[in-house]
Amino acid sequence: MDPQPSNAAAAELELKGVGVSPGIISGPAFVLAPEDESVVVRDIRPADVPHELQRYEQALVATRQQIRDLQHRMTESLGKESAEIFEAHLLMLEDRAIYDEIVRMLQHELKNIEYVLHEVTNRYAQALHDLQDEYLSERAVDVRDIARRLLHNLAGRSSSALSELAEPCIIIAHDLSPTETAGLNKSKVLAFATDLGSPTSHTAIMARALGIPAVVGMHDVSLRVTAGDPVLVDGQHGLVFVRPVAERIERYERKRKAHAAIRLRLGELRDQAAMTRDGYNLPLAANIELPADADTAVLNGADGIGLFRTEFLFLNNVPSEDEQTEAYLQVARRVAPATTIIRTMDIGGDKFISHLKMPQQVNPFMGWRAIRFCLAQPEFFKMQLRAILRASTLKNVKIMYPMISNVKEVIEANRLLAEAKNELTARGEPYDENIEVGVMIEVPSAALTADLIAPHVRFFSIGTNDLVQYTLAVDRVNELVTDLYEPTHPAIIKLIKHTIDVSHDHGIWTGVCGEMAANPMLVPLLVGLGVDELSVNAPGVPLVKDVIRSLRYSQAEELGQAALRSGSADEVLHNCHTLLAQIAPEILELVE
Amino acid sequence: MSTSISEVKEGIAPLTRALTIQNRFGIHARPAALFVKTANRFQSDISVEKDGQRVSGKSIIGLMTIEGYQGAILQVTATGPDASEALDAIEDLIQQKFFED
Repeated sequence: MDPQPSNAAAAELELKGVGVSPGIISGPAFVLAPEDESVVVRDIRPADVPHELQRYEQALVATRQQIRDLQHRMTESLGKESAEIFEAHLLMLEDRAIYDEIVRMLQHELKNIEYVLHEVTNRYAQALHDLQDEYLSERAVDVRDIARRLLHNLAGRSSSALSELAEPCIIIAHDLSPTETAGLNKSKVLAFATDLGSPTSHTAIMARALGIPAVVGMHDVSLRVTAGDPVLVDGQHGLVFVRPVAERIERYERKRKAHAAIRLRLGELRDQAAMTRDGYNLPLAANIELPADADTAVLNGADGIGLFRTEFLFLNNVPSEDEQTEAYLQVARRVAPATTIIRTMDIGGDKFISHLKMPQQVNPFMGWRAIRFCLAQPEFFKMQLRAILRASTLKNVKIMYPMISNVKEVIEANRLLAEAKNELTARGEPYDENIEVGVMIEVPSAALTADLIAPHVRFFSIGTNDLVQYTLAVDRVNELVTDLYEPTHPAIIKLIKHTIDVSHDHGIWTGVCGEMAANPMLVPLLVGLGVDELSVNAPGVPLVKDVIRSLRYSQAEELGQAALRSGSADEVLHNCHTLLAQIAPEILELVE
Repeated sequence: MSTSISEVKEGIAPLTRALTIQNRFGIHARPAALFVKTANRFQSDISVEKDGQRVSGKSIIGLMTIEGYQGAILQVTATGPDASEALDAIEDLIQQKFFED
């Protein structure tokens, strides 16, 4: 890493992206330069052909071994599923069509093997890249990844600078290939920041699995950071500060220390109930994305899983019924006797899974997603329902349908659930016959007709992210309208209150599993509106628990009543702020 | 042109079968991998043709580029001593929907 003394005087730069893995860290930048892909061309004699081919064979052997090693390491650290891509890499490496074409071109054009390899693989990568199917089109990256590896081996270079990091640093890159992330020396990586990527991209998943901060979708961070630049990453808020000023470092350092101190104290809360000072008990569960997250949930003292987002299991391929059952069982067993609420897959909106062949939609959030997608493919949906049922033998599993906008959808989904049960009975497979079913309330029409839906379910869970977006007509991924995204808008308060009241009238309960539940400022408001359960991302559990334990139920009720009377989102937010400042000032400082 | 049984047995004449892709997601990476692994078990040359595009049945990348979606009809041709067995195995794989659904 080159020192860059000239940068010392350069101004601080604040860059924004999408925070996909929380945490605050600073360190020197390691900029992964785009590879120099130019390949030297030289003529060879016909007599050299066997020698060139032999070099190629040797490179193939070396590359095969490297991929196997990666696959092995990846399987150990992240599980079999994450390593599956390397199985395809091995087959691509050994692809007969490519091999035959390389031999043919080598003999006919009499150029060096590097050039021939580059030309042939490029042609194949381009052919893949040009395909309509988005998932297949992305495989071009894999072909290029393999070609690069072969070229490195031909040159006798080691595969990746990333495996040789000398000191702990923050990785800045345009994008990271699966090979690059798998080859990382993880003990030396403090954080990631990349130009491309989304919350479901490989880098994001990897960062969360490693528990290090990551910000993706930064457009041009790799061009704006120089190797060795001091960088500060705030993975929670998706911020990257390049050459941060002393004041910024101090503020974040205070924040980080406060985090650490509170975490330490919060760690002691693990076995304590989420109970208000005046003895009101509020179950506090965790939201998870992958089975392994259940560990984090338990370690953070969550009362079970309030939302298992199963669509993440479908990221790389369609898991079989057995594989799904195993994943669900793993979570149910880990949290037993506490409950796991498994949400059937919510694909579409901002989560695309290209191998599921979803059509391009102009307005995906209002399009063919979640329950709509599932009801249109009953066999596919029933496979997931059977898997969930098979995981319910400990009687601690509940099912939840996402994106309900109409009671008809609930009735239809329940009908398919009954079919799934019959199919299992016919097979002689055990399951919990009394498994409870609930729905997400995230579309205003569902909130307003909660009375029609309630007779068909045992619980509601309010998904505030979508409820706010749909009620206020504010696209939550459009940064031009973020100011209008107000969770304390009177319309939201009324819809939440209405949903809770209707559920209580029908003898069922209502939880909140959206971002509102994880915001320490808004927790007392939700409690005051009468919510029965909160579910937040696993690392956020201790923070929310601390707020609940600092609160009196009477204070929350007062806040809720005032919110219902108020006609101003700002006023409600102000009251929430004031109350948190009063009951838990140290937590307020942490989140501000 | 007629082909005698003995010619097929000796692997001179190619055997072709039209097979319809059944699985919902078509030939994406995983089914292509399974196809290649199956084809590689046989000595015969295997080629796959769809809409005039012809690729080797032993090339994962080739198979991905034909975009075999659900309902697509593939002309699978095998030439060699075990052509018939190879086609049976591939037909079985396609009928089993690549063990996907």
